[in-house]
Amino acid sequence: MATTSSAPGASISGGSFLLEARPPEEIFTPEDFSEQHVLIAQTAEEFAQKEIIPNIEKMERKDFSVTRDLLKKAGDLGLSGVEIPEIYGGMELDKVSAAVIADHIAKYAGFATTWGGHTGIGTLPLVYFGNDEQKKKYLPKLAAGEIVGAYALSEASSGSDALNCRSRAALSSDGKHYVLNGEKMWITNAGFADLFTVFAKVDGEKFTAFLVERNFPGFSIGAEEHKMGIRGSSTCPIILNDCKVPVENVLGEIGRGHIIAFNILNIGRFKLGAMCVGGARESLNNAIGYAKQRKAFKKVIADFGLVREKLANMAMLIYVGESLVFRTVGMMDAALAAIDKSAADSDKKTLKAIEEYAVECSIIKVWASEMLDYVVDETLQIYAGYGFVEEYPAERAYRDARINRIFEGTNEINRLIITGFLLKRAMGGQLALMPAIKQLMDEVLSGPSSGEEIEGVLAEEQKLVVSAKKLGLFAAGAATQKYMMQIEQQQEVMGAIADMVIEVYAMESVLLRTMKIASAQGETAAAVPIAMTRVYLSQAMDKIESAARKIIADVADGDTLRTQMAILRRLAKHDPVNTIELRQQIAEKVIERGRYGLS
Amino acid sequence: MKILVCVKQVPQKDAPLKLNESGTWIREDVSYEVNEPDAFALEEALRQKEKHGGEVVAITAGPARAQQVLREALAKGADRAIHLEDPGFVGLDAFNTARAFAAAIKDEKFDLIFTGLQSDDYGFAQTGVILADLMGWPHATIIMQIEKSDGGIKVKRELEAGYFQFVEMPLPAVLTIQSGINKLRYATLIGIKQAKNKPLRKVTLAEVQSAIGANLQKIERMYIPQKTKKTEYLEGSPGEIAKKLVDKLRNEIRVL
Ligand SMILES: Cc1cc2nc3c(=O)[nH]c(=O)nc-3n(C[C@H](O)[C@H](O)[C@H](O)COP(=O)(O)OP(=O)(O)OC[C@H]3O[C@@H](n4cnc5c(N)ncnc54)[C@H](O)[C@@H]3O)c2cc1C
Repeated sequence: MATTSSAPGASISGGSFLLEARPPEEIFTPEDFSEQHVLIAQTAEEFAQKEIIPNIEKMERKDFSVTRDLLKKAGDLGLSGVEIPEIYGGMELDKVSAAVIADHIAKYAGFATTWGGHTGIGTLPLVYFGNDEQKKKYLPKLAAGEIVGAYALSEASSGSDALNCRSRAALSSDGKHYVLNGEKMWITNAGFADLFTVFAKVDGEKFTAFLVERNFPGFSIGAEEHKMGIRGSSTCPIILNDCKVPVENVLGEIGRGHIIAFNILNIGRFKLGAMCVGGARESLNNAIGYAKQRKAFKKVIADFGLVREKLANMAMLIYVGESLVFRTVGMMDAALAAIDKSAADSDKKTLKAIEEYAVECSIIKVWASEMLDYVVDETLQIYAGYGFVEEYPAERAYRDARINRIFEGTNEINRLIITGFLLKRAMGGQLALMPAIKQLMDEVLSGPSSGEEIEGVLAEEQKLVVSAKKLGLFAAGAATQKYMMQIEQQQEVMGAIADMVIEVYAMESVLLRTMKIASAQGETAAAVPIAMTRVYLSQAMDKIESAARKIIADVADGDTLRTQMAILRRLAKHDPVNTIELRQQIAEKVIERGRYGLS
Repeated sequence: MKILVCVKQVPQKDAPLKLNESGTWIREDVSYEVNEPDAFALEEALRQKEKHGGEVVAITAGPARAQQVLREALAKGADRAIHLEDPGFVGLDAFNTARAFAAAIKDEKFDLIFTGLQSDDYGFAQTGVILADLMGWPHATIIMQIEKSDGGIKVKRELEAGYFQFVEMPLPAVLTIQSGINKLRYATLIGIKQAKNKPLRKVTLAEVQSAIGANLQKIERMYIPQKTKKTEYLEGSPGEIAKKLVDKLRNEIRVL
C-alpha cells in the first residue's frame, strides 16, 4: 500500500460535502490504514502505555524533568518529527500518521498538550514559514526533542482577538536587532521551552512573528498558572522587556504575521480533534472496566439499561469521531500528495491545500472537543462517588477535557469560522452554495417529489443524510435571503448554521465509513457499526431540525413562517428508529470486548 | 551469525473469540498481533546480530494479513523476510508447518533458527523442535540466554521449580525462546519507513506442497467450557456465617 493515504478520486474541494454526494470508496477510514500506519499506531500506543502512563503522577506534580525526558524519547522514536521534512531531521510522513500518533498519545492529556504544543504550534511555524537557515538551525533539534518549542500569540487583553495584541517590536539603531516589549499570556510549555514563536507589532502596526530563544536578553518567564486541568503541562506568561531578537530571527515577512498565526492554528485543529478522540476512547475504556466490576443491587452496574445506554453513546461517538478525523486527513493527504515537494513554492502550496479544509478542521475541533466533554462527564457519572474523588482516573479526565473547547480558537470562534468561510467561498464562487439553495427552493415549490429510490444497506440513513443537507441549505438560504451581507452580524444564526453543517459532516462521514465496512466485510460483521450509524444519524437529525427551526423562527413570521415551517417539516420527515434496542446491541458488544472496538 | 526467526500472527490476547461454524477453530474476524514469545525471539536475534554481526531473517506462514508481523520485524531491524502466503497455512499441524518452513529455506544457510517457545493460539510448542529434526540439527528449548562460545553457543534453559540448565551446543542449531528474557525494542518511525523497502520474499503453498503431507494431528471439536461452579458469599456476623457454613457442610455438601 502507498505511503500516503490518498483515496482514489484525488482532490476534493473543502466544504463541498454540503452539496455533493460522495461514494464510500472515495473516503479514507481507519479501516484503510496501511501496514505502515498500523505499525506507527503500535509504536505510539506502546510509548503511551510504557512511558507516559507510568509517569502520570510525576507529571501531574509538574516534575518537568520527566516531561523533557519523555519528549526526548518521543523524539528518538521519530514520533515528534512526522511533519518535518527529512532534510531537517524529520520523518516527512503523511497527515494520517500525524493524526494516528496524536490519537494514541492523548491517553494522558497533560503530556499530550505538551507534546502537541511542541510538535504542532511550537514547531510548525518554522516548518511552513522558516527560511532555510532558520530551519537548519532549529528543526533537527526540535524533531529530536533536544529543544522544546512554544507558541506565544495570546495576551492578557487579546485572546480570540489576537491580532489586536499590544506587544511591540522596534528595529535597533544599528539595524541588527528587533527590540521586543510586552507580555504574553497562557503560553503552553513556557516553563521549560527553549524556542518561542512570538508575535508582536513592528512599529506598533505591522503584525510579525519572531523566533525567540529562551536565553535572549530581556526575555523572562512568569509564574506557572494554577489550572483546572492539564496540570501536567506548563502554562506561564512571558515577559518581554527590551528583549533583543536578531533580525535573522524574524519569521516570514514583516507585517505578515497574521498569515502565520491563522494558518498554524488551522493546521493544529485536526490533531486536536484526533487527541479528543483518543482521550475519549481512554475514558470509555476506563468506564467499561469499572462498570463491569462495580456491583449494586446484586448486579454489576454494566447490566443496568441506563448505564448501558451511556456506554453505547460513548462508543458510538468515538466511532463517529474517528470517521470525521480520518476522512478529513485522508482528503488532506490526497491533496498534499499532488504537490511537488522539491519545488520552491511547495510550502505555500502545502498551506493552501491544508487551508482548503479549514471548515472541516474547525468542524472536527468543535465536534470532538464537545464529544470529549460528554464522554468524560458520563464516565464520571458511571464512577459516581469514586468519580468525584481524585484517586480514580475519571476526575482528572473530566478536568483535563475542558480546555479543548477554549484553546486553538474557542468553539464560538470556530463556529463563526465554519459559517463565515462557507459563505465567503459561496460569495467568491468557489462553492456553488447559492445555486444549490436556489435549486432546492425550486424543488420545494414544485411540491413533494417521490425522490430517487435508494436501496440496500442503510438505505433509510442514506436518505436521511440527503434530507439533512437539504434542511441545512434551506435554513441557510432563508437566513442569507433575510440578512444578506449583514448575516455576519447575526451570530446566533451563524452559530445555528454551523451546528447544522457540523452535524451534516458528521452524519455523512460515519455513514460512508459504515457503508465501506459493510461492503468489505458483509452486513453481519458490520452489525455494530451499522447500529452506531443508525443511532447517531437519528440523534443528529434531531439537532439539525431544531437548529433549522430556530433559524426559520428568526427570519420569518406570519404566513411566511407557516409556509416555511411546513417545508421544514416535509424536509425533516423520517420514521423513528428503535434507538433503545440498537444501543443495547452496541453496549453488549463493548461490554463483552471490555474496551472500545468494532468486532 | 545468520539467524532465521519464525514469527506467527495470532489473535490478540484480549480479543473475544468466537468459534467458527464447524466448531473446529475460531472465526477469522478478530484482531491479530505477533505471538508473544516470537517477539522475544526476534529481539534476541537482533541483539545477537548487534554483537556478532550477520543477518536476521523473519519468516511466517499465513494468509495475506500475516504480512503485518513481517513488516513489524523488518521495522524493528530484521534485514529481510519470507512469507509463506496462503490461508491454507493456518490449518497445518506443527509437523507440516515445520516441513513447509524447511522447504522454503532449503537454499539458505542459517547458523541459528529461533522460534518462540510456543504459540499463543495452538500452543503446540513443537514446530521448532520438529524443524530441528528435519534439518538434522540439534535443538534446545525454553531458552533464556545465548552466548557465543568457541565453535558453538552456550545457552541457558529454564527448568522447573527455579532450576536452570546450561548447555553447550554446536552450530547450526534451533532454539525455542522463552518470553520475557529481554526488553523488547520499539519499531521507530525511521525503522518503519525503511521496512517498506526491505526485501520480502513470497512463497506459495504450491511451491512447498510436495514437501508437506496430510495433517497427522486434527482438531475434532472446540467448545467453550460451561461454567459449572459458583462462588457463594456467606454474609452476616462471624457467628451467623459459622452457623450457615456448618449448615451447608452438613446438609448440602454432606461432609460433616
Ligand atoms: C491552558 C491554556 C493553554 C494555552 N496555550 C496557549 C499557547 O500555547 N499559545 C497561545 O498563544 N495561547 C494559548 N492559550 C490562550 C488561548 O488560545 C486563549 O485563551 C483563547 O484563544 C481564548 O482567548 P481569551 O481567553 O482571551 O478569551 P476571549 O477572547 O476574551 O473570549 C471570551 C469569551 O468570548 C467569546 N468571544 C470572543 N470573541 C468573540 C467573537 N468575536 N464572537 C463571539 N464570541 C466571542 C469567546 O468564545 C469566549 O467564550 C492557552 C490557554 C490556556 C487556558
